Amino acid sequence: MNRKVAPLLKKLRYFGQSEKNAPHSEVSPYGRESEKVYRRRWQHDKVVRTTHGVNCTGSCSWKVHVKDGIIAWESQQTDYPSTGPGLPEYEPRGCPRGASFSWYTYSPLRIRYPYVRGALLRMWRDALKRTGEPVAAWKSIVEDPENSKRYKSARGKGGFVRADWEEINQLIAASMIHTIQQYGPDRIFGFSPIPAMSMVSYAGGARFLNLVGGSMLSFYDWYADLPPASPQIWGEQTDVPESSDWFNSGYLLVWGSNLPQTRTPDAHFYVEARYRGTKVVTVSPDYADFVKFADQWLAVQPGMDGALAMAMTHVILKEFYVDQPTDYFTDYVKKFTDLPFLILLKGEGNDFFVADRFLRASDLGMSSQHSEWKTVMWDQRTDRMKVPNGTIGHRWEQDGNWNLHLDDASGEGEIDPALTLLGREDEVVTLKIPHFEPEGKTVLYRGVPVKAIQRNGKTQYITTVFDLLLAKTGVSRGLPGDDPADYDDPKPYTPAWQEKLTGIDRETAAQIAREFAQNAVDSEGRSMIVMGSGINHWYHSDAIYRTILNLVLLTGSQGVNGGGWAHYVGQEKVRPLEGWQTIAMARDWGGPPRLMNGTSFFYFATEQWRYEDQGMGDQVSPLMEQPRYQHGGDYNYLATRLGWLPSYPQFTENPIHFYKKSGAKNDDEAIQYVVDRIKNKELQFAVKNPSHSKNFPRVMFVWRANLIGSSAKGHEYFLKHLLGTHHANMDDPSSDLTTQEIDWGGEAPEGKLDLMIHVDFRMNGTGLYSDLVLPAATWYEKYDLSSTDMHPFVHPFNPAIAPPWESRSDWDFFKKLAHTFSKLAEKHFPEMVKDVVASPLLHDSRDEIAQPYGRVQDWEKDGSEPVPGVNFPRLHVVERDYRKVYDKFIALGPMVKEQIGAKGLGWNAKEEYDRLKELIGRASETEEYRDCPSLYTDRNAAEAILSLSSSTNGSLAMKAWEEAERKTGQKLKDLVEERSEEHITFQEITSQPRQVLSTPVYSGTETGNRRYSPFTTNVERLIPWRTLTGRQQFYLDHELMLEFGEELPTFRAPLRKAAFYKGDRRPDVKRKEIALRYLTPHYKWSYHSTYWDTLPMLTLFRGGPHVWLNNEDAAEVGIADNDWLEMYNRNGVVVARAVVSHRLPRGVVFMYHVQDRYIYVPGSTISKQRGGTFNSPTRIHVKPTQMIGGYAQLSYGFNYYGPTGNQRDEQVMIRRLSEQEVDWLEH
Amino acid sequence: MNIKAQFGMVMNLDKCIGCHTCSVTCNNTWTNRPGAEYMWWNNVETKPGIGYPKEWENQDERKGGWVLKDGELELRAGKRTNKLLNIFYNPDVTPIDDYYEPWTYDYETLIESPEKQHQPVARPKSQLTGDYMEIEWGPNWEDDLAGVHETGWRDPNMRGLEEEVKFQFEQTFMMYLPRICEHCINPPCVASCPSGAIYKRDEDGIVLVDQDACRSWRFCMTGCPYKKVYFNWRTHKAEKCTFCFPRIEVGQPTICSETCVGRLRYIGIVFYDLDKVEEAASVTDEKDLYQAHLDLFLDPHDPKVVEEARKAGYADDWIEAAQRSPIYKLAVEQKIALPLHPEYRTMPMVWYVPPLSPIMDSFGNGVDGIHPQMIFPAIDDMRIPIQYLANLFTAGDTEVIRSVLKKMVVMRSYMRSVQLGRQPDQNLLKQIDMTEETLREMYELAAIAKYSDRY
Repeated sequence: MNRKVAPLLKKLRYFGQSEKNAPHSEVSPYGRESEKVYRRRWQHDKVVRTTHGVNCTGSCSWKVHVKDGIIAWESQQTDYPSTGPGLPEYEPRGCPRGASFSWYTYSPLRIRYPYVRGALLRMWRDALKRTGEPVAAWKSIVEDPENSKRYKSARGKGGFVRADWEEINQLIAASMIHTIQQYGPDRIFGFSPIPAMSMVSYAGGARFLNLVGGSMLSFYDWYADLPPASPQIWGEQTDVPESSDWFNSGYLLVWGSNLPQTRTPDAHFYVEARYRGTKVVTVSPDYADFVKFADQWLAVQPGMDGALAMAMTHVILKEFYVDQPTDYFTDYVKKFTDLPFLILLKGEGNDFFVADRFLRASDLGMSSQHSEWKTVMWDQRTDRMKVPNGTIGHRWEQDGNWNLHLDDASGEGEIDPALTLLGREDEVVTLKIPHFEPEGKTVLYRGVPVKAIQRNGKTQYITTVFDLLLAKTGVSRGLPGDDPADYDDPKPYTPAWQEKLTGIDRETAAQIAREFAQNAVDSEGRSMIVMGSGINHWYHSDAIYRTILNLVLLTGSQGVNGGGWAHYVGQEKVRPLEGWQTIAMARDWGGPPRLMNGTSFFYFATEQWRYEDQGMGDQVSPLMEQPRYQHGGDYNYLATRLGWLPSYPQFTENPIHFYKKSGAKNDDEAIQYVVDRIKNKELQFAVKNPSHSKNFPRVMFVWRANLIGSSAKGHEYFLKHLLGTHHANMDDPSSDLTTQEIDWGGEAPEGKLDLMIHVDFRMNGTGLYSDLVLPAATWYEKYDLSSTDMHPFVHPFNPAIAPPWESRSDWDFFKKLAHTFSKLAEKHFPEMVKDVVASPLLHDSRDEIAQPYGRVQDWEKDGSEPVPGVNFPRLHVVERDYRKVYDKFIALGPMVKEQIGAKGLGWNAKEEYDRLKELIGRASETEEYRDCPSLYTDRNAAEAILSLSSSTNGSLAMKAWEEAERKTGQKLKDLVEERSEEHITFQEITSQPRQVLSTPVYSGTETGNRRYSPFTTNVERLIPWRTLTGRQQFYLDHELMLEFGEELPTFRAPLRKAAFYKGDRRPDVKRKEIALRYLTPHYKWSYHSTYWDTLPMLTLFRGGPHVWLNNEDAAEVGIADNDWLEMYNRNGVVVARAVVSHRLPRGVVFMYHVQDRYIYVPGSTISKQRGGTFNSPTRIHVKPTQMIGGYAQLSYGFNYYGPTGNQRDEQVMIRRLSEQEVDWLEH
Repeated sequence: MNIKAQFGMVMNLDKCIGCHTCSVTCNNTWTNRPGAEYMWWNNVETKPGIGYPKEWENQDERKGGWVLKDGELELRAGKRTNKLLNIFYNPDVTPIDDYYEPWTYDYETLIESPEKQHQPVARPKSQLTGDYMEIEWGPNWEDDLAGVHETGWRDPNMRGLEEEVKFQFEQTFMMYLPRICEHCINPPCVASCPSGAIYKRDEDGIVLVDQDACRSWRFCMTGCPYKKVYFNWRTHKAEKCTFCFPRIEVGQPTICSETCVGRLRYIGIVFYDLDKVEEAASVTDEKDLYQAHLDLFLDPHDPKVVEEARKAGYADDWIEAAQRSPIYKLAVEQKIALPLHPEYRTMPMVWYVPPLSPIMDSFGNGVDGIHPQMIFPAIDDMRIPIQYLANLFTAGDTEVIRSVLKKMVVMRSYMRSVQLGRQPDQNLLKQIDMTEETLREMYELAAIAKYSDRY
């Protein structure tokens, strides 16, 4: 070993003379110079801290190794601030997807230059030559039906040619100006998801579009990641524990959330918690990765989760509330839930009653401010009805009574609310309760104790939410009605009842419920349920969620570290929220922005509404004779005209023309002009006629997303109607289900969009179908910020190399486009224009108390006056100077000095604004705004976000808590005093990720290096939830909720759907086919929902699109592992390879998310075109209850409340595709 | 006593989430270059399954490792003389298709395609030939039991389970097995090399291929029963996991360990007595190999061992490192880590803590056996058959597996009492022959696992 041998000699020698080390092994005779081969491989020149802007919620900090000026590889940072002793750390964070990201940098998928499809570029150059002016040139193309059809139908068919940035920006600016002139700025749309994953990059496009008056589309609801149950119960978008808090749990129920696969960097806390003695139970239809770690696996039938949860609710209520009441639980629900609040009953022929709405102070003749918004409880101390503090009525008065002290606001002392009226009832009456089964609906008859009150000279009955819940779940207290006798009685909602729906043994269901509750008793609420997209992507996801959340509310687990719900679907948590909102929504220059809910937009823009097959007759409560409308689209129009949902395009006319046309002298007159014309039917909401060319979306920007290839639910409808190109749709649009109010019109239009712009660093399904494909900097080439709800840190993106080739950061792209746009506007918009902007009645604004009692007061039907901001959208006049868009983009406007805030709290940022000028310099590039802080670079924007947010700037956190103190009358500032001097800067987070400060913008606290858990400040500091009662709500009393039978949590099965209906163009398939339920869970080998195309990830599984199915199902149709197959229904066709495995149950097929159609996808024998994406067999249905607005926590918020783009309720057919039938369609 | 220091690794399979981050970071750092595309020095397999390369554990075919012939250790593939006779044709070498044919795609078509009738698509192309190809196998083909209802029967660890197990939904079980070179104490690859190009470093036991001396005979590939020596088809040299020695030498853990997001890898030094290796590897009964291997390790706290180590030239910080070595704790003190296939007689130095798994009965009616107060499931009711684990880690000895799983279950039960502020049941500790102190130490290392304690 010690003898040196020259390398050359080694090369010449074929047999070595090894030295025996021991009889069984040998020592090399050579020296060890060759070790330098590997030493050199490891050497590198620098390491840069950056991260990935992917929508996966990971928000992991990475070390990027650079060698010879080239990005070589990445590995995880391990230097997060410590969680403290006795707790696992966050290091290392990262997954195989993140670890292979650098593949993109130099890959052949990389978009290096700006591209335009040749067909369009030729027309553009010709038109420009012909007209000599860009806007006229664009007009000449899009108004020529033949020309526009020509370039639109070429979408998705290749043919890209290089162009230069100048030319591109001119084309885009021309298309925008033409659209603004012709149709209005509200016909320009931007789609970019998940700001938290790269806030500045999101903000670049959003700021530009908001300054122009375009509309940003929401994503969280569109992705069906938003759990509508969260705003319904808590008035909160989503607020969940950081992942290390799982370790604090005593019992983990993991329900439809594949943690190792989808929360890879966090999964260790789940795994490690078991060693601390935490029991783990998983609910999953398949043997998924997360099931491997469980003590018990409940293999539920897909979509039947609500039945299991309702039975568990039944068990907990019976054993821990009725048989043996538990003090911890009783105290908790009295203080923190609506269970003790009183509900009015509606009499029905005096034999039966139905639950109606919350009793209000106004019902009792109490005449305090907002008395119609103050809910009432029964005080057992005085045996009287009392109005406690903290309701939404208290929220919007200024008396500091918005808190959870159980005090009567009138000062009569403490309230001890009665949970039940049993024992003090005036009577027991029988209720009719709506109930749903998979095959239909029935009415349950169950008794409740009631008090009689006199109202308007009539006797009316009231009872508590708790009594209603016991009646609903059939927990018997010996009252009349058809309560089940015991757990083995198959009546709803017993363990025996759920067994036939879920396939889960009744005793197991009862046992898990009992254990979950007992653990909460033993640990004071440390029982947790991790919930995921497995249960959140269904049409009735909100109903499913509410049934499951019963369990954490009833066990006092919510607002407790280690307890409560832990929903991880999508990524919504921008920790530095106010600063980001200000910059992204251009609030520093006024507003409001146009923020559109994605689901409604795509439902209409892609004409999916015309193919609707789910009549509302099936959906409404069995207590209703019929629904208000049969078609979901009509509910959407109702929601628009009543100001519940946003709706862009807004009206059938250009909103920048109203002001002039009206001849108004002031804004109010212009607004009245619009209202009057709507009322007189001279003007319409655009949504009333979505197929009319006046109401098309015209220009769309997509950046940081793969909208068409990944997020297009109803992919084929997107291709056909929005883009106007080839598609594989087999659906019959002439359905029996037509709209009553929305104009059906003639033929459904195809190719609505004039210009689709895709900004990305790699080619994908959106790029292929766009008109322009523009090169973006990757995540290793720009400055930005990252945060997540999985951990409490903020950390940066830093460039490891400069953007190569002609790529630009998103911020720079939009900045330079803004410059071109502003220059071109000098000619076309020489003056300021006044844009009438309609916006919905927003949650967390005073408008959330616009429509009392949750009654639907439809001015269009009942002849009442439409009043903006009351029963009609709020209208604003916004001045736009299109020549100044660029200057405003790069300067931080002065409005933040006066007002900044979030979630209904506002404060000023005067000192912080002035400090920013010092920190990042002034906007010297502008003429007018030279005294404003400069947002010229992405790094400046990042710094401004950190400076202007209470979670990252101690001085603002103090102001925020001060405001919260004023509103609640509670002492709160101490929550951040220890860190009030801190101001987290970009330089600091580049050194090390920093933990955010406690702020009232979120409902938990990090004070004292505590693990974040939501609602801990509600429970510990008595800050109310932002709901009607101020408490966590089981009961939702809006008229539409009652209409759909969802006032209480209830079981709802998946929609009844078939792969094909009569009239569809069903393919003639001679070979065997099998019908299966189609599920699209999150994929293990993709970067969350967007990236699946890197060579390392494709290599680590099957190299292309595939679907999983059970071995016995596969055998039935002659499919073997890795065979090609076709999967189809009326929506579209997929061609993929089969992955056959016994890990899947029978009856389902999984096509994991993100499998786009541009890698290894052959043609389909059915469509004669290339197979589609995983979203080809899907489409969406809108749920009316999620459209409710103007009513407390059910008011609209962008990405906060609104109908979700659910896509899970489909069936598909599958057949084998023989090798001979595989056609690569290379022509 | 001939004392040697050896780097070892323990992977706690009970924590493995099967994410393959280790594979990717290893691949990026070391092998994403021409000729090495198909090499995954670190790979992760779903078990049951035949793995990468196919059926690497089937030594009847693969001829790896050592066998005992007339009481003497001999390479299964044959003595040196056999090799010399067959030097230009090694009949047992594993062909590349059994690993997989590495591929890429004609990605550039997507941007460069002229306008066509149909949407362009990127098709797979072989990285070996450049031709279009169909993808039929890969380095992780059986991920999460893909296709395992068929391939599973070719997994040699299913031996003895044919009656008990059916690959059907209700009985599904799985585990992940991340694998690197074992850096064996008794490395057959070293013994197989006709050129003497493979060596085990004297100072730390890392096994390396001398890239200058390798003559492409490829006998090492056959000799290694774990199939962890690969052949670079571009340079024509054997290559293998280096235990990241360029990192190890500057005090950093291996890349696979540091980036292991499941936090299941531990690295440390152990001392062993080189003079006893042959005897230990030659015990007659395969089931005794685990204990024989354990007996090789020297107690780093024993003053005599410390003295010998000093004499052998090991610096004090190495001795201290051996004393606080998590490998020594997990393998020797806590006895929860086990060697992979001890029956190969290689004395491997990457050890594994076997995984727990859910109980079997969530489909049937049998909740009776479980106490409502959450006593954790009985070991024999778990989904992964004990015999399966025994076939992997103890040459079939199920008692050892039971004892390890029992320790983990008792740890959970004990810690649950602590968590809820109750008096832990001391009887449980007695049953597993542990004290509160050693159990706490086991818990700290398994659950809290701070960076400084893992490496």
